[in-house]
Parts: sequence; C-alpha cells; structure tokens
Amino acid sequence: MLKGRMIQGCRAIAEAVTLCRPRVISAYPITPQTLIVEELASIVADGGLDTEFINVEGEHSAASLVLGSSAVGVRVFTATSSQGLLYMGEVVFNIAGMRLPIVMINANRAVSAPLNIWNDQQDSISMRDSGWIQLYAENNQEACDLVFQAYRIAEDHRVMLPVMVCVDGFVLPHAFEVVDLPSQKEVDAYLPPYQPIYKLDPDNPLTMGAFTEPDKYMEARYMIQRTMEASIPIIEEVAREFKRTFGHAAGGLFEKYRVDDASTVVVALGSMAGTTKDVVDDLRNKGQKVGVLRLITYRPFPEEALYEALKGAQNIVVIEKALSLGGSAPLAVELRSVFHGRPASPKISGFVIGLGGRDVTTDDLKYAIEKAQQQLINMEFIGLRTDLELEGINA
Amino acid sequence: MKITLGTVTHPGGSRVNKTGAWRTAGKPRFLHKNCIACDVCALGCPEGCIFGTGQRTYYANEDFCKGCGICASGCPVHDIEMIPEGGEDA
Repeated sequence: MLKGRMIQGCRAIAEAVTLCRPRVISAYPITPQTLIVEELASIVADGGLDTEFINVEGEHSAASLVLGSSAVGVRVFTATSSQGLLYMGEVVFNIAGMRLPIVMINANRAVSAPLNIWNDQQDSISMRDSGWIQLYAENNQEACDLVFQAYRIAEDHRVMLPVMVCVDGFVLPHAFEVVDLPSQKEVDAYLPPYQPIYKLDPDNPLTMGAFTEPDKYMEARYMIQRTMEASIPIIEEVAREFKRTFGHAAGGLFEKYRVDDASTVVVALGSMAGTTKDVVDDLRNKGQKVGVLRLITYRPFPEEALYEALKGAQNIVVIEKALSLGGSAPLAVELRSVFHGRPASPKISGFVIGLGGRDVTTDDLKYAIEKAQQQLINMEFIGLRTDLELEGINA
Repeated sequence: MKITLGTVTHPGGSRVNKTGAWRTAGKPRFLHKNCIACDVCALGCPEGCIFGTGQRTYYANEDFCKGCGICASGCPVHDIEMIPEGGEDA
C-alpha cells in the first residue's frame, strides 16, 4: 500500500520547502508556478513557517532579493517559470558566479512568442549554461525529494552552487498524486542548518560579486566548471544518503528503467519518462528489448556515467521538449558528444516533442522509437499537424 | 594570491589593486610656487590620492591617480598643470 496523502503537487512542493526552513522566500507569481508560492504564502500566513515572505514587483527583483538574502548567510527559496526565469536571467548567472547555494523551483513552461502558458522545457534548457545545477523530477514525490536533496547539494562546502529543481508545469504542480512527506524531525536530521563560508556582516565587512579584470575572471569561471564536475559524485552521495534515511530512492544522476539488456534506449527528462515507461512495458511484452534512461541531473552533465549506462545500446532515442532554434535537439547533440571518439557508437536520434503543452502520446513515442530503429534521425519534430498551411514553409 | 569562492574580497583590496595604469590623458604636475595650502586639490580628487601638509607640499600618488585633471582645473592659484605621461614626477 502506498504511504502518504493524496495531495496537489503545488501543496506537496510547498510543504517540502517548508520542511527545509528557508528564512527568506521571494517570488513573483507566474503560471504554472503560482500555486506553489500561493501555498507557501498561506503556510506562512497560518504561522506554519517562520520566514520573511517578501512580495516584489517582478522576477528580476525576486532573484535579486534571494541573492542578497543568501549573501547574508541564510537559507532562501524562490520559484519561477518561463518568462519569469528569462527575466531573472542576469541574476541567475550572478547567483551561480557568486557561489550562493540558492534553491529554486522552475515550473517548466514554454517561452514566448507566441505566448503560451503550457508545459515544455525550453525555459530551463535555455539556462543550462548559467552555472546552476539542474535536476528534473518525474513526479510530485520526486519533486519534493529533490527539494531536500537540492539544499544538501547546494550548501555542501565542496559545491556551493545554486540548484534548480525543474518540474513540468501543470503536469506536476497542478496534479493530485499520493506523496509521502517526511516529518520535520526527519528533515532536520537530514538537512542541518546552512553554514555559509562567507556572509555579509557589518562587523566583518567583505565584498561579494566584485569587479574582476581579465587577469582573474577566467580562473573564477574555471573554478565553477571544476566544481560542477566534482559535484557529480556528491549528487550521487546525497541521493544514496537520502535512500538510507527515508527508505525510498530519489534523485541521483539518472534512473535506468529496463536499460541493462536493451538494444534501444529512450532518453528523456522529467514527466515524459512516465509515459515512456508504459510504452517500454508494452514493447517488452511484444519481445522488443527497449528501455528508458530518465536523466535527472542535466547540469552537471554526467558524461562518464551516461557512457557506461548506454554503451551497450544500438539505438538511443532522445525525446526532448526543447530545441536550439537553428541548431538541433540539445540533449541529443550533447549525448552524441559523449560517444564521440569512443569505442561504443550507438545511433543517437533526436526528436522534438510536446512543445507548448502538446500532448506526448504513447503513439508518438512508439513512432519515434520505430523510426530511430530504422534510421538515424538527426532531428525531427514529432506530432506536427499536417492539416495546417504554414506561411513561408508549405504555403 | 588566492581567488575565493565567488571572488569574495576583504576590505583593503583597492590598496593592492593599483589603478594608476588607467591614465590615458596625462598626469598632474604640482608646481610648488603659488600654493596656499587651501586643500582644494586634495578635497576634489575623486581617487583621494592627493596629499599635503602645508604650502608647496602637495603631491599625487601615481599608483592611483587616473589623470582626470580635476585638481589642475580646480586650483585657485593655477599651481598645478597637466603634463604628458613620462614627464617629470608629479
């Protein structure tokens, strides 16, 4: 029997954040993140969390506010989505460069234009180079579990980098699922109070985010890159300890589902993996050796572990809710670089799917798998309508 | 030299980080003729790098002087002139 409560994702995530005891929360409402911060606001208003909940006039301010609060040496939280994440952009890069262990929930949503409030992952994928660790949740249980792990990873003195927990907009925060949340005592034991290395303090003044000339800037960026690489085993360690403490698995670099003897492996991020697992079960029943590798940690990109996990496959089918316009399917491209110049060389096909909230159906996934088994697909859109005239394209 | 996480710096960094090399438009030369020790040059210096203890004692610390010329244009007795880089010591 499932443990836990039937609860809406936004409420579950807000309760998970509450259990982490952030001292400052600032966010600006944007669909589909809004419900999460509304739930947090009501928890604070009901006296359920001793924190400063600060309303601001936009996401640039929300990010700046948590930046400053984190610099003072306290645990902070923010959440956003889509245009809000892009509007934060400047500060997002600053937070990473200043090595502030901020945790943010990004409710993944399509990016304008055209204006669209539904789910894809273009927003966070566009922020992949910002220096944030990015974790992608499959369901609401994992979204909550990743929040606890995110603070552990971010605040580890060997890391000191911000973590973005990405949850597919609407698919997770608006859905009701059974979620098992730990007690405050358990979370306190797993997540000790934040100990900053540096903090702003009038009695012991220092400067953060100072001007750096060409003679030092490159070293500062190199330090982030090396730390990103070094955080891969730390992310695994935090997930292992999570399982020991709470009794169920969550987080880590990726989840392998029926991968080990598979000749075709689908690679996906976030909630799509759930549908894909059903497709895999279906195809397995028909005798096909298919599996799913659900990538959880997208930044840092766990190159070596991915090579080891996927080197036995003949076909890799990457399905993505994002694309690099004028380029290709970003995860497929990156995965190809993992195998470049190495003994194993599976065919890696890239498919763009479900943009702007279009349903990702089992038929779509079966089509992609079948297509990739027949030939290498550089990049193809799945589920495009054929009944429309597209000016400048086919009209 | 150590680069800290997030390039955090402690007070006093600007003493070490000498900015005199930013000068592109000459530097002040204190003539030490008409000086009345009014202190206008020192007070007006945006770098705070002009010092003096009495008449005809003022000088600019070239490690930090950026050559803006505010001292020369503000001197009420025209006792400071701007000269090209590589000229006499200030």
